[in-house]
Amino acid sequence: MDIPKVISKKPFVLGLLFVILILMATSPLYATRYTVILLTSIFMYVVLTVSWTVFSGPTGYVSLAPAAFFGAGVYTSALLGFVLPLPAVIIMGGLSSSCLALVVGALTLRLRGIYFVMFTFGLVELLLHFVLWWEVNITGTTGRVVPTVGNTMVYYLMLTILVIVILIAYLIKRSRFGLALQSIGECEEAAAHTGVHVTALKITTFAVSAFFMGAAGAIMATRWTYIDPRIAFNPILSFLPVLMAIFGGMGQLYGPVIGAAIFTYLEEFLITRFPYYYMLIFGIIMVIAILYLPEGLVGLTQKLWNRIWGAKHGDP
Amino acid sequence: MAILEGNGVTKYFGGLAAVSNVDFHVEQGEVVGLIGPNGAGKTTLFNLISAALRLKSGTIKFRGIDITGFKPYRICRMGVARTFQTVKIFPNMLVLQNVILGSYFGMSPRISSSDAPKKASEILEFVGLSRVSATPARDLTLANQKRLEVARALATHPDLLLLDEIMAGLNPTEVAEAMELVVRIREKGISIIMIEHVMKAIMKLCDRIMVLHHGQKLAEGTPQAIATSEKVIKVYLGERAHAGS
Repeated sequence: MDIPKVISKKPFVLGLLFVILILMATSPLYATRYTVILLTSIFMYVVLTVSWTVFSGPTGYVSLAPAAFFGAGVYTSALLGFVLPLPAVIIMGGLSSSCLALVVGALTLRLRGIYFVMFTFGLVELLLHFVLWWEVNITGTTGRVVPTVGNTMVYYLMLTILVIVILIAYLIKRSRFGLALQSIGECEEAAAHTGVHVTALKITTFAVSAFFMGAAGAIMATRWTYIDPRIAFNPILSFLPVLMAIFGGMGQLYGPVIGAAIFTYLEEFLITRFPYYYMLIFGIIMVIAILYLPEGLVGLTQKLWNRIWGAKHGDP
Repeated sequence: MAILEGNGVTKYFGGLAAVSNVDFHVEQGEVVGLIGPNGAGKTTLFNLISAALRLKSGTIKFRGIDITGFKPYRICRMGVARTFQTVKIFPNMLVLQNVILGSYFGMSPRISSSDAPKKASEILEFVGLSRVSATPARDLTLANQKRLEVARALATHPDLLLLDEIMAGLNPTEVAEAMELVVRIREKGISIIMIEHVMKAIMKLCDRIMVLHHGQKLAEGTPQAIATSEKVIKVYLGERAHAGS
């Protein structure tokens, strides 16, 4: 029953994805500079949200460490930006975040629930203040300069990372490891007794998800040109991916993508139109989303779709 | 040779000996019953064998290999699978997915992505859950959830299966079905240790019964010997003097 439906939908979905990709790849040619910069921001948030969902979505371990991994990428960019070519800097940014995630994961992934949440958030503050202390006391500066590249370059780099992270997320979700991650979220003990090496799987996935956050940080640093610890380790970057993923819905892969895109655009729109009330309006939208859309936008769409489809076919 | 062998197995919870200096063994193809009053240490013993808990002292050997201190996933991949007293299924995953996880990560070396679902379907057929394979596991009845746990354990391709009260809370028809399932699992050559309070099932299915009481082995023997043992009757029914007065 299900199989023919999936097959007939596939070319359509692939075609749609291809068109979107072409549009995104060519947009710097005709779009305004403002649009390109806005799209770059959207891409950055999509990368953060999707990579957050890769680990925290199925396992239910809510990580508030994205800002720490992002900041590690930013600082890698600042340290190596004048030494290595840009692609190498981005990869190094990702790797340094991954290494950080491996260490942190090995230490903390035995913690469950609220303890894990608090620790990961503590990590952001810890790194922020450590780097601040280091810069003031050891190097004697507070900020650093990052070599800049053009807006279009930043756009294409972020787009590349975006495509890679979505591809990786898709492959993980479909693989046996995706199933294992979900089983960890549902009942970790049973997963372990069914042969899943839970610790190794959790730590590895945590590191994979951190890689993309670090890479995104390394790219964004080049747009900012000047960074300091408070910019690099901005706690808001820990919260936004979580909110965006909830807003979009984590049941499907496109949920976090849509969530992050709409969320970022909405924020931008509200800031420019209602600079004084934007936080208020934003807050109300968030509260409504959490109260009435427990499954996010994706859940809402599916519910509507089922209602229409069910009515049309008169399923008894 | 014994497939599973435990020597001086001991576990304390705080100052209390949950399992104290217990020796046990299971032969290839044997069904061993594990009975005893509540709190006797039966489930703790399962947790020690499957490495959910660490021993305080003693050793456990599986196929002659000392598995003391191994992690749960390694015990499972060596060929010891278990079910849980309080069902621990993956509620939001489909029934088939619950079982596929076992085929992917159990003992079978690097099963391909196309073989795992096939194997899982066969096992669902075997335990009689094919009809509900595309249902979320949370929607099953208790009897079927327990069956699903058995299916998931079987999917890991075990040589030894630890069944923890798979008949508790089932109605007489379901108990009969569960008993029939145990017989068929045994026919596959899989050794079984089962904890059960349904005496009819224990007496009928087991080759040998081990009685635990206050964490110690009270008695061991054939179902007949256990049913007539003075010591066992005393533990289960209270002192004869008390019963009489």
